[in-house]
Amino acid sequence: MREPLIYEISSPGRVGVNLPECDVPVTPLPKEYLREDLPLPEVSEVDLVRHYVRLSQLNYAVDTGFYPLGSCTMKYNPKVNEEVAKLPGFVHTHPYQPPDTVQGNLFLMYQLQEFLKEISGFASVSLQPAAGAHGELTGVLMIRAYHESRGDHKRTRMLIPDSAHGTNPASTTMAGYETVKIPSDARGNVDLEELRAHCDDTVAGLMLTNPNTLGLFDEHVQEIARLIHECGGLLYGDGANLNAIMGIVKPAALGFDVMHFNLHKTFSTPHGGGGPGAGPVGANEVLAPFLPGPIVVKERVEEESDSDEEWEEEEMYYYHWQMPPSSIGRLKAFYGNFGVCIKAYTYIRMLGAAGLREASENAVLNANYLLSRLKGVYPLPYDRTCMHEFVLSGRLPDAPDVHTIDIAKRLMDFGFHPPTIYFPLIVPEALMIEPTETESKETLDAFADALIQIAQEAKTNPELLHSAPHLAPVARLDEVLAARQPVLQCLK
Amino acid sequence: MSYIPNTDADRAAMLQAIGVKNIDELFRDVPEALRYPELKLPPPVSEMEVLRELREISEYNVDLEHAPCFLGAGAYRHFVPSVVGHVIGRSEFYTAYTPYQPEISQGTLQSIFEYQSMICALTGMDVANASHYDGATALAEAVLMAVSVSRGKRRKVVLSAGVHPEYRAVVHTYTQGMALTIVGEGADPLATEVLADMIDADTACVIVQNPNFLGYLEDPAALRALADVAHSKGALFVVSTDPISLGLFSSPADYGADIVCGEGQALGGGLNFGGPYLGFFACKQQYVHKMAGRIVGQTVDRHGQRGFVLTLSAREQHIRREKATSNICSNEALMALAAAVYLAAMGKTGLRKVAELCYHKAHYAAQRLSALPGYQLLSQKPFFKEFALRCPRPVDEINEYLLDEWGIIGGYDLGKDYAGLANTMLICVTEMNTKEEIDLLVEALAPDYFSRADEEGASDMEEAA
Repeated sequence: MREPLIYEISSPGRVGVNLPECDVPVTPLPKEYLREDLPLPEVSEVDLVRHYVRLSQLNYAVDTGFYPLGSCTMKYNPKVNEEVAKLPGFVHTHPYQPPDTVQGNLFLMYQLQEFLKEISGFASVSLQPAAGAHGELTGVLMIRAYHESRGDHKRTRMLIPDSAHGTNPASTTMAGYETVKIPSDARGNVDLEELRAHCDDTVAGLMLTNPNTLGLFDEHVQEIARLIHECGGLLYGDGANLNAIMGIVKPAALGFDVMHFNLHKTFSTPHGGGGPGAGPVGANEVLAPFLPGPIVVKERVEEESDSDEEWEEEEMYYYHWQMPPSSIGRLKAFYGNFGVCIKAYTYIRMLGAAGLREASENAVLNANYLLSRLKGVYPLPYDRTCMHEFVLSGRLPDAPDVHTIDIAKRLMDFGFHPPTIYFPLIVPEALMIEPTETESKETLDAFADALIQIAQEAKTNPELLHSAPHLAPVARLDEVLAARQPVLQCLK
Repeated sequence: MSYIPNTDADRAAMLQAIGVKNIDELFRDVPEALRYPELKLPPPVSEMEVLRELREISEYNVDLEHAPCFLGAGAYRHFVPSVVGHVIGRSEFYTAYTPYQPEISQGTLQSIFEYQSMICALTGMDVANASHYDGATALAEAVLMAVSVSRGKRRKVVLSAGVHPEYRAVVHTYTQGMALTIVGEGADPLATEVLADMIDADTACVIVQNPNFLGYLEDPAALRALADVAHSKGALFVVSTDPISLGLFSSPADYGADIVCGEGQALGGGLNFGGPYLGFFACKQQYVHKMAGRIVGQTVDRHGQRGFVLTLSAREQHIRREKATSNICSNEALMALAAAVYLAAMGKTGLRKVAELCYHKAHYAAQRLSALPGYQLLSQKPFFKEFALRCPRPVDEINEYLLDEWGIIGGYDLGKDYAGLANTMLICVTEMNTKEEIDLLVEALAPDYFSRADEEGASDMEEAA
């Protein structure tokens, strides 16, 4: 299965593309500015194509099978989304074109802002952040700017539940705040007693994922919001798990002040092997002035109708950029991952309100069904009705030598992508399973059957798990060696 | 259409297995008073209708396949070979996620390893990561990294005014909670040498862009001298660069860079109205443990066969949480793949040829435009594919005329960002601009037409009055 490196199929003199001859008089090059050598590969187009097609075949992907990677919402990516994002009228537009030459783009971005506002209940949305973590940094900087704008400089701490994604504390540090970890209670909620003990006038806010990373809807979310607001802090929503609650509840109504969306999770835009995603941020009235910008606004224009001599009032709008009044600034160059926004817009247009609710309902149904099949086979540390995902432990009582990593690798032999493993950190040997709504009952049953069989194998033939995978393109890889003796490129 | 395979019969069987009567029971933890809000969204449409709707929306734009364009300023029109779209259109690539499970992600992992290798080849650096969101965020992360290399002790950043204004804005946004001092932006963007005097023992890094935002190339010897000053004071030398320029001109390693980053959109990415783009990032070996982002390394499997994994993850948020080098998780992997395919397709000779075409065409345009009465080049410094042109009128006025009368998208108005550069247009010419387009621009700006248009405009106003 070994595919040579692109440099290993390189041969001097080959080219993969031909370029036109220069059609203008040439200008001498400044010699002292030129480079001597450019060690890029030299390959023909056919070798290039075969190389990358063969590499693609070594990948597992949503389009090749079930990918229940918890917290990542690996739902099916509709093909129409890819088609529309390739329309030449979108692709061949420059971000600095005059606004009146890109009214289509601005209209689409405005509409997507409006859709996301409606789904979340927030007052305003900025499409600028490029990913979920980028949205988190945005939100924390907004909270910071809000406190600073009030002359409230003593707030230095961000409260973060112990079940949170690692990006939450990392974003907090980048924004210059200290992280305070809040434990979870026995039911997987934020421990209210612990939270109360930490609520004071040094608290900038709390970052809450709801449903949380255990796949549980926090039973006290409104009380949490009340406690945080009472001490003068603000509530950040990590929207990674929004797929459970579209049309079920609006996060703003629960008391969140600011939240990011993951268009590449909830709104079906593909994950691209690790991006591009998009992490728009929504905010309530209080925080909206601090949103990053520019964002798209519209103004009504009255146009003279061509068909009639008389002035006719028509509903016409002109879309343009505007910086929110107290904006934290730009989070990236230009406006956001526009290509991703097109796909999310298309998805929302095709589902409508009822379709979005149906998606969330079936995501939650699928997760609870899968849970019902695996409960009793694998330990379930928090035994509650789950939302769109659930967390089991791979610590099997009858198979003490088997670890979650072995179970995950063995799942590959059954043709499945493993769940997220060893996260959240509060569950030992965690297996975090998110089936999504786009999977059939047959797929869920086949996956449950595989995990049940693996639990049996763990007892009867643990070596089969330790040496897994057996049917993947490569056998288990030595990650320790990679870190101890880093080989990070092939030229040196 | 919500892409749900469950039938009513499936749902009934599943509810029974779960032990609830209906789906509503699964949402009992959601506060009842807030449950099932109405979402006021437009009624759903079919695939056929949505295709029509999106095509119609896209047609409200002036697309650059149908208008000669001289805009650059950080987003560039370059030729994208057909192979790029075909490779990144493989759904085995685009419907996968971060390769957490390496045994079934070798396609993504090996292609990133090759991408890292090619970025090192271009920049002359030792190591590269798997990508940032764009050139601006890559630069902001370079600042965070430089501060971190000093273990947080150095609190000053020397930032050239020749760096893209939006990149500088993003550096300010990212660092607003860090109480850093950022100096240099008020200086003349064409006088990089003045930065040397600003470097002191508190300086974490010195940042230049080459070619700079005005398109001009910095003298490698002068940059080497600046790097030497930075290093003598213990600061890092950070270079933001256009990767296409590296097909022809000195690699930043040649003039002493410690960190090289930039916008990789030009490498096989379309314009896409500003995103998704690609932040590339590379540095010297000794700083690898402070670098942000995913890194792929080579290893072996249990049979000794070569394979690739995500590595050095003790830097990252999922392991280190609040002590991570950055919060970055999802990046721009598919755009990095596009860049790798582009670089492999172009290869050693192709990338140089693209750069040469840009250089010659831009110089042809500069020479012809600056020969027009009232127009002159801002500087005689060498440049790559962009140059600053002093114009006889405000840039927005000229651009409006070019668009309305000639269907040409003109250049970028430098007066928006630099007080001293009113009436100065940043013109970008790449291999995509034909001689005919350049000649058309020259013709449009020639006094014959431009002044006549002006007179017509004046007479229109008289009629209106």
